[in-house]
Amino acid sequence: MQLDINGHLHELDAAPDMPLLWALRDLVGLTGTKFGCGAALCGACTVHLDGEAARACVTPLSAVAGRKITTIEGIAQSALGKKVQAAWIAEDVPQCGYCQSGQIMSAVALLRSHPRPSDADIDSAMNGNLCRCGTYNRIRQAIHRAADA
Amino acid sequence: MHASRRTFLKTAGIAAGGLLIGIALPQRGRAAGAGAATVVDSSVNAYVRIASDGRVTLLVPKSEMGQGIYTGFAQILADELEVGLEHVSIEAAPVAAVYNAAFAPIQFTGGSSSIAGSFEVLRKAGASARSLLLGAAAAEFGVDATELRAVNGAVVHAASGRHLPYGALAARAATLPAPSDPQPKPASEWQLIGKAVPRIDTRGKVDGSARFGCDVRLPGMAYAVVARAPTFGATVSHYDATAAREVQGVLAVREVPSGIAVIATNTWAAIQGRAALKVEWVAGAGAAVSSEAIAADYAARARTPGVTIYERGDMAATGSGRALEADYATPYLAHAPMEPLNCAVAFSADGCDIHTGTQFQTVDRAAAAAVAGLAPEQVRIHTMLLGGGFGRRANPASDFVREAVAVAKGYPAPVMTVWTREDDIHGGYYRPQAHNRLTAMLGVDGRPTRWSHTQVVQSITRGTPFEKMMADPRTGIEETQHEGASHQPYAVPNVHVAVHDARQAVPVLWWRSVGHAQTGFAVESFIDECATAAGQDPLAYRLALLADQPRHLAVLKLATEKAGWGTPLPAGHARGLAVHASFGSVVAEVAEVSLIDGRPRVHRVVAAIHCGLAVNPGQVAYQVESAVCYALSAALHGEITLAQGRVQQSNFGDYPPLRLTEMPRVEVHIVPSTDAPTGVGEPGTPPLAPAVANALYALTGVRARRLPLAHTEFVKAPA
Ligand code: FES
Ligand code: FES
Repeated sequence: MQLDINGHLHELDAAPDMPLLWALRDLVGLTGTKFGCGAALCGACTVHLDGEAARACVTPLSAVAGRKITTIEGIAQSALGKKVQAAWIAEDVPQCGYCQSGQIMSAVALLRSHPRPSDADIDSAMNGNLCRCGTYNRIRQAIHRAADA
Repeated sequence: MHASRRTFLKTAGIAAGGLLIGIALPQRGRAAGAGAATVVDSSVNAYVRIASDGRVTLLVPKSEMGQGIYTGFAQILADELEVGLEHVSIEAAPVAAVYNAAFAPIQFTGGSSSIAGSFEVLRKAGASARSLLLGAAAAEFGVDATELRAVNGAVVHAASGRHLPYGALAARAATLPAPSDPQPKPASEWQLIGKAVPRIDTRGKVDGSARFGCDVRLPGMAYAVVARAPTFGATVSHYDATAAREVQGVLAVREVPSGIAVIATNTWAAIQGRAALKVEWVAGAGAAVSSEAIAADYAARARTPGVTIYERGDMAATGSGRALEADYATPYLAHAPMEPLNCAVAFSADGCDIHTGTQFQTVDRAAAAAVAGLAPEQVRIHTMLLGGGFGRRANPASDFVREAVAVAKGYPAPVMTVWTREDDIHGGYYRPQAHNRLTAMLGVDGRPTRWSHTQVVQSITRGTPFEKMMADPRTGIEETQHEGASHQPYAVPNVHVAVHDARQAVPVLWWRSVGHAQTGFAVESFIDECATAAGQDPLAYRLALLADQPRHLAVLKLATEKAGWGTPLPAGHARGLAVHASFGSVVAEVAEVSLIDGRPRVHRVVAAIHCGLAVNPGQVAYQVESAVCYALSAALHGEITLAQGRVQQSNFGDYPPLRLTEMPRVEVHIVPSTDAPTGVGEPGTPPLAPAVANALYALTGVRARRLPLAHTEFVKAPA
C-alpha cells in the first residue's frame, strides 16, 4: 500500500490492521513519532491526518490510505510548524523530550483551528498529551508565544 | 562510527586527577568521499575531544534523562575550556572506570549526584585541557605559557598578536603530559557556571531527530516482546507457539529466563505474535500477593518493636503531656517513564553492542557480559537519550538488559526487546509499599519531648550485588529503609527510629527520592499534626524546632514569604507547607489547594531550594517543577495494587499521570549560595505530598494519612 508521509510517497508491504505508529517507526524509519501507551491514552504518537491531530497508535493503516500524513519530521514544512518549534525552543520546553513530538503535533493542530487559543482551548486540546517530566506550564506558555508570534 | 571512535579512547594510563591521557587518531571527516579533508580527532582527556577542524566534543558519562545533565556538564567543561557552548557537541561517554562516581565504583546516574559528585572533577578536566592547549601553543610560539591566554576557542599571545585556534593545537596538546594539579578558574571569572543558559539538547527534541533508546535502528535488526510471568516468581511450565509463528512478520519464538520471547520484523508483529502464544505458568513466591493484606500486616507490625536505627535521649523517661500517634500508608508505585523500556543487542565476532537508555552502565555491562558469556570489556554500552528514568533504568538486577541479551543471544541478527506500557506497569521494580507509624509526646509548650518513628518496608538491594554495599552489616537494614526518618531535623530531645524489614515477592526499586518519598510524607504530616495539637501555626512551629538547621530555616522563610503565608486566599482555598532534606539539599514547598467536585485541586506550589551553588539556576528550578509534577501525580492518583498476585493496573487509564489541566502553577526560588553543589533532581519530590495533605487539612479538617489522596473523602469545613 502507498502512504503519503510528509509529502513523500512510501510503498509499504504491511497488514492493513497494523497501526500507523509501527509502520512509521519500524517500516519507514521515521522514529520521531513516539510510542507511549498504544491505547490513545498519552498522545506521544500524535501525527496529523490531513492536518488534524490523530493518535497513530490506534489508527490502522487501512484508515490512512489516500490521506496526507504529517509527522514531527515534516512539521517544519509549514510556517506554523516552524513557529511552534521556535516557541518551544524559546521557552526551553523539553526535559527528557520523549513526549514533545506529540505535544508539538497537538499544539500545531490546535493553533491551526484556533490561532489565538484561550487557556480553556489549550486545556481541551492538550489534555490528552501526557508529560511525565512536568513541562505542562511551559507548553502552555509556548503555545501562547507561538500564537503571539 | 561509534565503534571506530571508541577504539581511540583507550585507557592509555590514568593521570593525576583521574584523567585519561588521550591518543590521537586520524579520522575521516564528516563529508566522507572524494576530496574530503582529513580531520584529526584528539582526545585531550576523558571528557574533551578536539578535532583539527576545531570541533569540540564533550564526553558526558551521565545519562540525559530530562534533568539537563548534558547542559550542566557542558557548562562546567566549556567554561574551564574557554569555549562557547554553541561550539561544543555532546557525546555519551563509553563505560570506563575513569567515569566512576566518586562514592561508588560504578558509572551511573542517580542519587541526584551528577553535578554534586562531578563538579570539581569537571572543572579540573576542563582546566587540564586548557592547560594542555596553552602548553601546545607555548611550544608553537616559542614563548612561556604564562604569556598566553585561552579565549573563546583559541590561544592568544597578546604581546605579539598571534593566536591559534584549538583545532590547530589539539594534536600536539594530546601528546603532552596532563598537568598534575590543574587550576580551575576562580568563581569571579565564570562565564557559564551559575548562569541560567538554555539547554543545549532542545533542537533535536522539537524536530524528531533526538535519538532515544527505542529509536535505534541497526542493520537487519528485529524486534521482540516477551510474554512475562503473570505473577511475580512464576516460571514457564510449557508453551505452544504454533499460532504465534503464523502471525505475519514473526521470525522466531524462544524461551528466555523471564518468559517467552517473540521476535519479529516489526514491533506490531511481535505484539500480535505474543498475543497468539499459549503459555502455562508454574506459580512462584508471588502467587498470592495482596497489597491489601500487606497493608494490614505492615500496620500491625508497626506497633511492635523493630530494629532500632537511631536513638537519642531517653525514650523511657516518662514526662506528662499530650500523646499523639498517627499511621501513614503509602502504596507500591511504578515509575512509568514516558518511554517504555527497551534495549537493542547486537552480537558480533568480538563481543556485543548494546544500545539502550540506562542509568546504570557498569552494572548493566557486567550483567550483560554474564548472560552473553563474554568479558565485560567485550560488551560496549551505547547510552542513548532516556525518555525519563526516575530510577527505573537504574536496576541493580539489570532486568531489562539481561533479558534483552538473553533474547538476542544466538539469534543471527540484532534484536531490540521492546516493552509495552502494560509490560512496564506489570513489570515490578516499584517504589516499595510502606507503613510509617509515628508517636509523640508534646510538652507544656506544645513542643514534642518524645518522638518515635517506625517504618515497615522492603529493602531495595536485597539479593543484588548491591546488598553488601548498602546494608548495614550489623542490622541487615539499608539506608533506603529509614532515610528521611533517621535524620529528621526537628529539635526533639528524645527520639527513637526503628525499621521492620519486610520481605515480599514483589521486586522493588528506587523511585525518584527513594525512601524520602514515604518518610517525608509521614514526618511532615506528623509535625503538622503536632502543630495543630499544640494550637500553633505550622510555620512558626517548625521554625522554632529548626533553630539549629540554617538551610531548613532559609528555605522555609523564602518559600513562605514568596507564597504569602498567612495572607488571605480566595474563599475555599487553603495553604499547607512541608520541608524536607534529601540528597544534600533542602526544599520547602507551600501548596495552595481547593476542592473541585469534592476532589483535591492544587492551584499553586511555591518552592524554595537550598542546593549549594546552582550551576544552572534555570534547570534547577525546572527540576523542582518537574519533581512537583511527578510527586503530585503520585499523591493524587498513583497506586499499584496486587490481588491474587496480579498487578491490577495496566496502562495510563488506571495508572494516570498528572495531566495538563491538573498542573499547578509552580514558582521555584533558589537560596543564593556559594557552597559546593548538592542534589537537585530528587529533593523537590518529598515535600509535595505532605504540603498538599497539610493544605487539605487546613481546608477541611480531614487528615489524609494514606496515599494516594483519592482514598480520602474530603468535605469542605463549614465556613
Ligand atoms: S502511544 Fe498513542 S496515545 Fe499513547
Ligand atoms: S519531557 Fe519527558 S515526558 Fe515530557
